[in-house]
Amino acid sequence: MDAQTVIAKRIALELRDGTLVNLGIGIPTRVASYVPTGIKVYFQSENGLIGTGALPEEGMHHRLLTDAGGKPVAALPGACTFDSAMSFGLIRGGHLDMTVLGGLQVDQTGHLANWMIPGKMVPGMGGAMDLASGAKRVVIAMQHSAKGKSKLVKVCTLPLTSARPIDLLVTELAVIAFPGGQATLLETAPGVSVQQVLDMTEAQLVVPDKVPEMALSAASL
Amino acid sequence: MRTLSLADAVALIPDGASLMIGGFMAVGTPESVIDELVRQGKRNLTVIANDTAAPGVGIGKLIGARLVKKVIASHIGTNPETQALMIAGEMEVDLVPQGTLIERIRAGGFGLGGILTATGLGTVVEQGKQKVAVDGKDYLVEPALRADFALVNAFLADYLGNLAYALTGRNFNPVIAMAADTVIVAADNIVPVGVIPPDHVVTPAALVDYLITQS
Repeated sequence: MDAQTVIAKRIALELRDGTLVNLGIGIPTRVASYVPTGIKVYFQSENGLIGTGALPEEGMHHRLLTDAGGKPVAALPGACTFDSAMSFGLIRGGHLDMTVLGGLQVDQTGHLANWMIPGKMVPGMGGAMDLASGAKRVVIAMQHSAKGKSKLVKVCTLPLTSARPIDLLVTELAVIAFPGGQATLLETAPGVSVQQVLDMTEAQLVVPDKVPEMALSAASL
Repeated sequence: MRTLSLADAVALIPDGASLMIGGFMAVGTPESVIDELVRQGKRNLTVIANDTAAPGVGIGKLIGARLVKKVIASHIGTNPETQALMIAGEMEVDLVPQGTLIERIRAGGFGLGGILTATGLGTVVEQGKQKVAVDGKDYLVEPALRADFALVNAFLADYLGNLAYALTGRNFNPVIAMAADTVIVAADNIVPVGVIPPDHVVTPAALVDYLITQS
């Protein structure tokens, strides 16, 4: 199983029945493919839609029905649309139960940097700052390292997305939470040892006595 | 509300005007108005919009034709031309968190001086901005935004100018229709009065200054 699939499957287990969830572009989008059976999740697309569904059948798309990346999507039965002020009211106003975002860096206190690399990439923050500041729960989907360098760092060197710490980080190696502002190892991926995670991590990690293996489907919980 | 041809409507817009333009990645952008702005060669425009779409698409056409002096947007990552002009210092770009941008526009249209938001606290966004504490919580003061013109794309307009939108084409459109001195609407469909039921009208006709006639 590739890194992105591991991350998406694990994060899907964080979904709860009846909740409103926003998925960012990239790995987060893939979480929607692994919604546990028996639960109904409302997925929001911040361009103004609740009830996004998988890509419609070829030739059945509508030019005015798109995701936050401008790509065609389907709307599920019960979907609704609204303007951007309403969309970000949902995000900032405490109505969004969870957001899943990508990350460039997460530091050991849970700060997230995911919107620019000075001098290299200045795309603009889009909705990321509102999502990271406003969602009730912020979950980050991020590969553990890039070009051999840990992306879970001591202190973010890239510009922060929010002063508010994230709640959960899922990488292809580990699940990490930030109780009391300290990165804490909750789970390791199948076949990955605690030591391997520590070796691959720049941040200071709190390691509890027992670190269970990451579940990747509801059946294996 | 008056009806005008596309060319006459765009002729109302002077060089140097500030334009709020509907659309999210060109979905819900009045493409015909953009094309006509390029054809008439309007210059030194300030564009306030969610994004600058992509080269050759939607607002990207204005960027590519070098008609824009300043952009206020939340995302330019899909348009390398916008980024290149910004980095070269040939175009001013003000990047604003999306929720803050739309809410500043809403404030501009709703008679408010600005908004208080926690978005951007502790980031580069707070640089140079006033911070206030209300009930022990910190917020940034973000000023209201208005423009000379709103360029709105609706799915339906009736003969009076009542507007309804479709699916994700709504985005910034009904909000900018409140926040500009002059509102110009390009509708995908123009229908008799009564076809849009009162409960489905999103933008009241009283807000619309000009409706572009179908060619």
